[in-house]
Amino acid sequence: MAKRIDVTDLNVYYGDFKAVEGVTMTVEPRSVTAFIGPSGCGKSTFLRTLNRMHEVIPGGRVEGKVMLDDQDLYAASMDPVRVRRTVGMVFQRPNPFPTMSIYDNVAAGLRLNGVRGKSTLDGIVEESLKGANLWNEVKDRLGKPGAGLSGGQQQRLCIARAIAVQPQVLLMDEPCSALDPISTLAIEDLINELKTSYTIVIVTHNMQQAARVSDRTAFFNLRATGEPGRLVEIDDTTRIFNNPSQKQTEDYISGRFG
Amino acid sequence: MSLTTTPEHHVPDDGAPTGPTTPPSRPPARQAAREMDNPHQARAVKDILARIVMWSAFALAMVPLVWILWTVASQGVHMLTEATWWTGNQRNINSDDAGGGARHAIEGTLIQAGMTALISIPIGILTAVYLVEYGRGRLAKAISFMVDILSGVPSIVAALFIYAVWVTTFGIDRSGFAVSLSLVLLMIPTIVRSTEEMLKLVPNELREASYALGVPKWVTVVRIVLRTAFSGIVTGILLGLARVMGETAPLLILGPYTKNFQRDLFDGNMATLPTMINQDRGDFALVTAAERMWGAALTLIILVLLLNILGRVVAHYGSVKK
Repeated sequence: MAKRIDVTDLNVYYGDFKAVEGVTMTVEPRSVTAFIGPSGCGKSTFLRTLNRMHEVIPGGRVEGKVMLDDQDLYAASMDPVRVRRTVGMVFQRPNPFPTMSIYDNVAAGLRLNGVRGKSTLDGIVEESLKGANLWNEVKDRLGKPGAGLSGGQQQRLCIARAIAVQPQVLLMDEPCSALDPISTLAIEDLINELKTSYTIVIVTHNMQQAARVSDRTAFFNLRATGEPGRLVEIDDTTRIFNNPSQKQTEDYISGRFG
Repeated sequence: MSLTTTPEHHVPDDGAPTGPTTPPSRPPARQAAREMDNPHQARAVKDILARIVMWSAFALAMVPLVWILWTVASQGVHMLTEATWWTGNQRNINSDDAGGGARHAIEGTLIQAGMTALISIPIGILTAVYLVEYGRGRLAKAISFMVDILSGVPSIVAALFIYAVWVTTFGIDRSGFAVSLSLVLLMIPTIVRSTEEMLKLVPNELREASYALGVPKWVTVVRIVLRTAFSGIVTGILLGLARVMGETAPLLILGPYTKNFQRDLFDGNMATLPTMINQDRGDFALVTAAERMWGAALTLIILVLLLNILGRVVAHYGSVKK
């Protein structure tokens, strides 16, 4: 399953505004890569270029290359819809479909893409909910609305929904920032389990979280407001937090600014 | 956050409240009593005044409403209790004859409203979907502007426009269908506007959640956005339809009254409740005609009321479950 991402010299724009500049990095398969950095440094923007969600925003466009194994995600012949089936995403705020039951939420990605057959769906829904550590809590009320779950459960429901379409890569944009510590712990445990089968990229504002869950960490920064964000460095997480090669990184993680 | 933030301003990110946890202490009691007494009284007086103004405005607004409803209901109710009212028409019944029914007019109103809805709903919803989900730039702005203009067109102008096109230019006879066409002009802008508002209420996160699952945009619009906004859209349509059913000018110009059953939209005169009211108003001095007029008015109010109630029920049961 899991695939490797190679980004070369990527610039990201909102209309004429360059939000992120010159990012080159490799995201290793079956591992967790964390993006950290101050607000507005472009880490979420950059994350959204990895499944072509950035271009959903009017004026959003990129320059440069993103390779998923040997596929060029921004090739002219590449359909963004196909990219998003391969690279799933979990958002900052849990966003289950409010009109759908728990079951329907998990099955949504498959159903909306034309998968039919109750037994197939039943199997995938159960498997995905188990994969998201939610099955035991909801197995008796699969027909109840997804919006009725707690915030942490909703976020795990969203993770189940994302893995139900069997992506190669899972992008998570601050998945715990709207959750309490206990739900956060549940999601972090889940990330640890998921990395055995997926490539995971997570944006987080919480440096302890980055240290806890990730294998590699990328630090983004920007020189000043209005300037594009840049990748300062990417390295093994232990190295970034104990012995970073850049002064900026050290200042940031030691709390000297930001 | 900028790089120039100095270490002194650094706040630990453990989330603990840093501000004072007790409410700000009050000034010494004696001094406070003098200072606070007056403003307190002044506020109380203002509060009472505001309440009086608010309640009188409310009462004033209710007067005509209650008056109309009471007059129409008390004058018209006994027509509605007669069985022939719901089954018969006015064929061979003169103004000074009692009896007869309003079924021909009820049917005409419902058939015309149905045809109007059939044409306006798809155009209105698709226009709103275009404006909210797809439209960017000049074309969208132009369409939005024209919808604004159309919503300000008086019904008589819409009726005369259809008359000019349908009867004068194409030389086709007046008919129920021509009435429906002019009502379409009045109904489309209300559907576009109400649907637009409902679509804008659908959180963008839901669209993004759907895109991120690899769902194409049009499927997202149909299955997620329209589904989430469904009850609001239906409510808006039903309220718009109720509004259009009471329109009279287009009916007088394009679909003259007949005392007979007429269920064919393309075959000349067609009775409707507003034109029936207008017909009997002509002989208002006769008790028989006046009673029919009140009966038809009450029937129309009831039809509109039923549509409104239906709108509420759909909104209640189709709304997002929690």
